Amino acid sequence: MIPVLSLIFLTPIAGAVLILLLKPERRAEARMIAAACTLASLLLSAFVYAGYAGDMGAINAALNPEPPAPREGPSPEEIFRMPLEERLALPEAEPAEDAPEDPTPGFCEECFRYEERADWINAGPIRIGYHVGVDGLSAPMLLLTGLASFCGVLISWKVEDRVREFMAFFLLLTAGVYGVFMALDAFLLFFCYEMTIFPMYILIRAWGWKETRQYASMKLTLYIFAGSVVALVGVLAMVFLGGKAAGVYSFDLFDMARVSAEGAYDGRIVAGVPAVTLAKFVFPFVFLGFGVLAGIFPFHNWSPDGHVAAPTAVSMMHAGVLMKIGAYSAFRIAITLLPEGARAHLPWIVLLALINVLYGALIALRQRDLKYVIGFSSVSHMGLVIMGWATMNVTGLTGAGLQMFSHGVMTALFFACVGVIYDRTHTRDIPSMGGLLRPLPLTALAFLIGGLASMGMPGLSGFMAEIPILIGMWNADHALLAGEWAVRGHYALAAIAAGLGIVITAAYIFRAVQAVFLGDGPTEDIPPSSSLDRFALIVLALTLIALGIFPQIMAPLIESAVTPAARLLGGF
Amino acid sequence: MFGLLSGLIFLPLLGAAVVLLVPRDQVKWARGAAMAFALAAFGLAGALWVAFQDPAFCDPDAHFCFVERHAWYPAIGASFALGVDGLSVTMVLLAGLLVPLAILISWEIAERAHAFLALMLILEAAVMGAFVALDLLIFFLFWESSLVPMGLIIGVWGGKKARPAAIKFMLFTMGGSLGMFAAIQVIGAALGTFDIPALLNAWPAWEGAGGSGTYLGVDVGLIKNLTFLAFGTAFAVKLPVWPLHIWLPDAHTEAPTSGSMLLAGILLKMGGYGFLRLVLPLFPEQSADSAGLMGALGVVGIIMGALAALGQRDLKRLVAYSSVSHMGFVLLGIAAAALARSQVAVTAAIDGEILEMFAHGLSSPAMFLLVGAIYHRAGTRNMDELGGLWEAAPILSGLMILAAFGSLGLPGTGGFVAELLVLRGIWSVFVWEAVLGAVGTIFLSGYVLKALYGTLFGEVQPGEKNLEISAREIAAVLPLIVMLILTGVLPNWILPVLNRAVMILLQ
Repeated sequence: MIPVLSLIFLTPIAGAVLILLLKPERRAEARMIAAACTLASLLLSAFVYAGYAGDMGAINAALNPEPPAPREGPSPEEIFRMPLEERLALPEAEPAEDAPEDPTPGFCEECFRYEERADWINAGPIRIGYHVGVDGLSAPMLLLTGLASFCGVLISWKVEDRVREFMAFFLLLTAGVYGVFMALDAFLLFFCYEMTIFPMYILIRAWGWKETRQYASMKLTLYIFAGSVVALVGVLAMVFLGGKAAGVYSFDLFDMARVSAEGAYDGRIVAGVPAVTLAKFVFPFVFLGFGVLAGIFPFHNWSPDGHVAAPTAVSMMHAGVLMKIGAYSAFRIAITLLPEGARAHLPWIVLLALINVLYGALIALRQRDLKYVIGFSSVSHMGLVIMGWATMNVTGLTGAGLQMFSHGVMTALFFACVGVIYDRTHTRDIPSMGGLLRPLPLTALAFLIGGLASMGMPGLSGFMAEIPILIGMWNADHALLAGEWAVRGHYALAAIAAGLGIVITAAYIFRAVQAVFLGDGPTEDIPPSSSLDRFALIVLALTLIALGIFPQIMAPLIESAVTPAARLLGGF
Repeated sequence: MFGLLSGLIFLPLLGAAVVLLVPRDQVKWARGAAMAFALAAFGLAGALWVAFQDPAFCDPDAHFCFVERHAWYPAIGASFALGVDGLSVTMVLLAGLLVPLAILISWEIAERAHAFLALMLILEAAVMGAFVALDLLIFFLFWESSLVPMGLIIGVWGGKKARPAAIKFMLFTMGGSLGMFAAIQVIGAALGTFDIPALLNAWPAWEGAGGSGTYLGVDVGLIKNLTFLAFGTAFAVKLPVWPLHIWLPDAHTEAPTSGSMLLAGILLKMGGYGFLRLVLPLFPEQSADSAGLMGALGVVGIIMGALAALGQRDLKRLVAYSSVSHMGFVLLGIAAAALARSQVAVTAAIDGEILEMFAHGLSSPAMFLLVGAIYHRAGTRNMDELGGLWEAAPILSGLMILAAFGSLGLPGTGGFVAELLVLRGIWSVFVWEAVLGAVGTIFLSGYVLKALYGTLFGEVQPGEKNLEISAREIAAVLPLIVMLILTGVLPNWILPVLNRAVMILLQ
């Protein structure tokens, strides 16, 4: 049995070490090693994805166990149709034995594949371990990480400044992201989560845009770090306070899910205040703490600055994948393990998500800097992911998972396009650009495809993600409780308002396409894009189209992964 | 199995891929490939037309024929479902006919020819898809994706002010369908399916969650009214209904000739198609309640469009406004059908309405083509600067007169039969509208005669070179004119098919 997931995780780390052992002037080798390692991880992720997708029959069977065998004798319908005499002659029906109440944990443990487990600390009740595995949500995320990191290396082929260090840090960042998506142990998850922050800071601080990199890198780091600490404190509270009732202090997510299913997190934490349970109290901290990295309003402020200051590959990685870490962890830990808290808090968090969608789009409309347009569009689109989580039903949660993948690929494509343009024009100021369709036709086409996906054009992946989210919003009828007051129907209104966000998106995308690629501008001395750039753009654009035409290649996986959580939350 | 209808969608898409794979410098091969695929699609459309009338292939009592269903997105209850009735096959035939002619007329486009030809074929695939979709989400998918190729054709290959016109076109139609998008979500969320045949029964009978009369705390009647409004707006923008037509003259004027042909010939028809396929069957009560308004807007459209056309100096703008006027007749037919679905007399109105869409789909592209031919040679479309073409270019003038008569609705052309049927059909329900609509036809003849006089007769403008139309352009326009006259003289080649659609619609 080959430890595929460990290989995915360790290959970039090994590559980083290898690159650092090179002499500084061996630039070509450093690039080749980085490309080879990210490609190897991408191929392994694709292998994992294909393997998981091929096993969907067994996974759906595990998810929906066979109903108990029907009782012998005539069925209720047959009894109903019998003449009265025959019916009276039937033996007295025995009362059906109630199946033992089986607390359903938030994880379908049989649905995980490629699991690896090794104890790290197993001292009495305290358990921390290296536990990795994939389900239908993490498999697409691994694939996304592979795509974004490999294309990121291709796009940064022209980096000449300290290539060795750049590539090494980029590989470390990639490894950390992979780690979060495969971790099945809260401690490992936090370890990898923090592991992404340090290389991210260095990459932006040293290779970023000179004007703002100092400010932006520090702001980004502080925001994300503070958010993760808040989330960590919440998780520690879950492990220790909740674990006290269950007698297990385990960081293993499976154990935590069992503890949650036994109701250990529903205990009161303030004597005399019955409404405040551990789950309800901790949920906002954990969810919003992770939500900082997902760019949730009002903690989104680091994101546009960070994206703009970062070098192209890091923007791709950051907006494309890193923000998904936040949304993914918020789902994996906060929603799955604290369903009671989710039911209590998500009905108001959906309003924050709505602000994300509308406000992000409106601000994007006002930007002069092309990279800020994309940065704020990410804020807007991540709002849809949070909205999908907040629906708490299978359709909406599936949409959120699809939106994570779709937005990841789309925004990586956007930042790659902007990088290609900036490397050639040395400006990102929209009014001073124009007519780039002529020298960079493929980049223009790629940007247009990304833009159409971004505005939810049917036939591209954005639509396939948005429509389940919005349908989930229509089906979600959770009341917003504020003291004595209960507001109903705000989900439907939010769904309508989110539709407005699509119009604003269309407006800023058209504005950018029109001003940058059409119109007039100095285009004589712009060199054509390199074949590596083109390859990266084509790979990303084709992914958007493929998912847009065949949503079935991904939707069933995500659906299987969110179903257990949706069952806990009571939404189908 | 994938059948004839999938072929109609995927063949042009395949063609687009092939065209894009032809090397950059081989423009002739790209044109040839595009033409071959467009003709093959036309062949499929013709085969569909024949097979549809053959009971061996299509049960005459079935609602939809050639139905295909493939699993597509079960997570939200959407499937890739296709099927046709008489209305669809007519529109498919029109689209299949127009695309090869549009490719033929844009033979000389050399700038980024590969992309242009590929976009034409993608547009064809999207339009075909919208006409044969039997799933609301698939319909919306094709409906929206037809915008992008059309917007690009206008914006990149259009005239001097094409970009604002293209963006106006995109934003109007996208904005119009936004409400429809929300309404589709509501229908899907409420009933859990997007299957059109299922919805045709389920949605009008729907009584809210568990028959409670409310949904999400809102009265079901209100929800139905709002969704009706949303669907109606989307199709009204596309048709276009006065006063939502203001994107149309700019888009037509700035589009390249072939773009105008497809825009007028097929894309506007998607609006009328949407009304008949979705709005009337899904919202019978709401349609009947607002039939008066629709009829009034139809009449206003007929008269205002004709008057606006009368005021134009630019030939292309004139033809564009005439579309608004013709689409007024289409709306009038829809209104009559909405008001009195059960009356037999009204069947004539719907027959006429579909025929009007078909005839306008022939005459309007022919007019755009000829105006484009004039502009191509004379360098102007301004009637003040043109004149005397009758002597300078007799063949062009002869064709122009034939096409203009078709547009005018002169007896012997398809337009006459169509307008006659519409007016005859609405006579029993909308007397005043019928009278005003008939008056509108007088204005129609006014602007057509004005255009003919301004360009064909009068003084020959000095300095004009050889203005005669080329053989390629004749080959492109002749099929349209032949079909137009054929439909006028022998309308029975098409009416039985339309009638079948109408009878099912009225059930």
